Amino acid sequence: MSNFKEETKILSSDGLRRVIERLTHQVLEKNSAPGGVVLIGIQTRGVYLAKRIQKIIKEIEAIEVPLGILDITFYRDDLTTIGPKPVVKETQIEFDLNGKTVVLVDDVLFTGRTIRAALDEIMDFGRPKKVELLVLVDRGHRELPIRADFVGKNIPTSCRELIEVKLEEVDGRDEVMIVEK
Amino acid sequence: MIWRKKDLLGLEELSKEELELILTTAASFKEVSAREIKKVPALRGKTVVNLFYEPSTRTRVSFEVAAKRLSADVINIATETSSVKKGETLIDTGRNIQALKADIIVVRHGSSGAAAMLARHLSISVINAGDGWHEHPTQGLLDIFTLKEKLGKIEGAMVSVVGDIAHSRVARSNIWGLTKLGAKVTVCAPAVLIPPAIEQMGVRITYDIDEALANADAINVLRMQFERDEKAVFPEQLEYFKKFGVTKDRLKKAKKNIIVMHPGPINRGIEISNEVADGANSVILEQVTNGIAVRMAVLFLVSQVQDKRDEVIN
Repeated sequence: MSNFKEETKILSSDGLRRVIERLTHQVLEKNSAPGGVVLIGIQTRGVYLAKRIQKIIKEIEAIEVPLGILDITFYRDDLTTIGPKPVVKETQIEFDLNGKTVVLVDDVLFTGRTIRAALDEIMDFGRPKKVELLVLVDRGHRELPIRADFVGKNIPTSCRELIEVKLEEVDGRDEVMIVEK
Repeated sequence: MIWRKKDLLGLEELSKEELELILTTAASFKEVSAREIKKVPALRGKTVVNLFYEPSTRTRVSFEVAAKRLSADVINIATETSSVKKGETLIDTGRNIQALKADIIVVRHGSSGAAAMLARHLSISVINAGDGWHEHPTQGLLDIFTLKEKLGKIEGAMVSVVGDIAHSRVARSNIWGLTKLGAKVTVCAPAVLIPPAIEQMGVRITYDIDEALANADAINVLRMQFERDEKAVFPEQLEYFKKFGVTKDRLKKAKKNIIVMHPGPINRGIEISNEVADGANSVILEQVTNGIAVRMAVLFLVSQVQDKRDEVIN
């Protein structure tokens, strides 16, 4: 409020919970044998979304699907052009990806370049049977031929707008905002 | 925290935050070496030149492996078989490497300050892989990384550095890095191998190995570099082992979980006994593994700064 940025709330805490529950059901519906499914969250918020999905699957199906963490920094195509880098976070995939159905989880799908990097990194870990993409928000503006299999909310945006996903685990509250730059 | 230095010349000029940034970045890179495909494309299209004026296997191979796991192209220059033999100066060699459009030079040289001089004359990145008696920053970093992994934190850790402190760049890099991160450092050696005014670096001095071992969380045993200095200064080898060698019996009086480090190559039976070098407290080979992660982190961080600078020029 102090910086006069225009902000619109897209999802409240309750709304966010319902969207994640629906997405989890869609994943289970599409993959009738959840035993072959593994979740991989992209740092940072994709990891927490994946953890929530893992928990809901456990409640529904009583199985714990493996969860991996991916930091795509080393695979970025803009390492040479973007400004100062944030700290590189950990990548942790401690299970075999070969023959598995990977559900790749991220908060916002934008240009598709993060997903391209994530796909390259996943292939260096093994040869999954299939990779499906789950995103909380698809904001458009793709620069690569990439699409999501599971979308929480389609929010068409202008280039001057940003999508801010806030999650309890990192930000202390659950909500999705659209913010004018 | 953002890395802004084009070069890594020593740990003396780094802030606590910069040291911590390298250590956390290295922790991320460590995982890459545990993968089935031990390679990430972060430095694809970059060229790293290893320019070594002194013999080295461990450090050169470690830098080469690190650069290759980042997908960089690596060229090794051993000066014995190069134009250095024809009298080319260090700066001329560096300028030629820069003209080849290499991105990073990793340099080892017998003269203290050689890496810093090269860095001043070149716009590409320079990483010091050991300069004379001055510093060996990546060795210091990998020692600290290993300690942090074992102890959880460096702050408050009691670390003893034993051996030829006077002629050791490894000792100096360890002391700078450890003290900045809040460790309590003790140096231990015969009086002739303790440089004057070393206490100004914030370390405690002892001439008694048992005192250095008592209460220490970790001990870093330096190599006795018999090839480096005039024979007169050095004690006789067996006498040194008797008075300062780290042996099983001496270790019994230390903390049960004391961490034993050594930068290699080991002189078995001179500064350390076989049982200790190969014993349960030794992390000597883990240091080698960690060296790759630390060097990947350093190569990655300096290469990013270089890109920024090129953009400004263009």
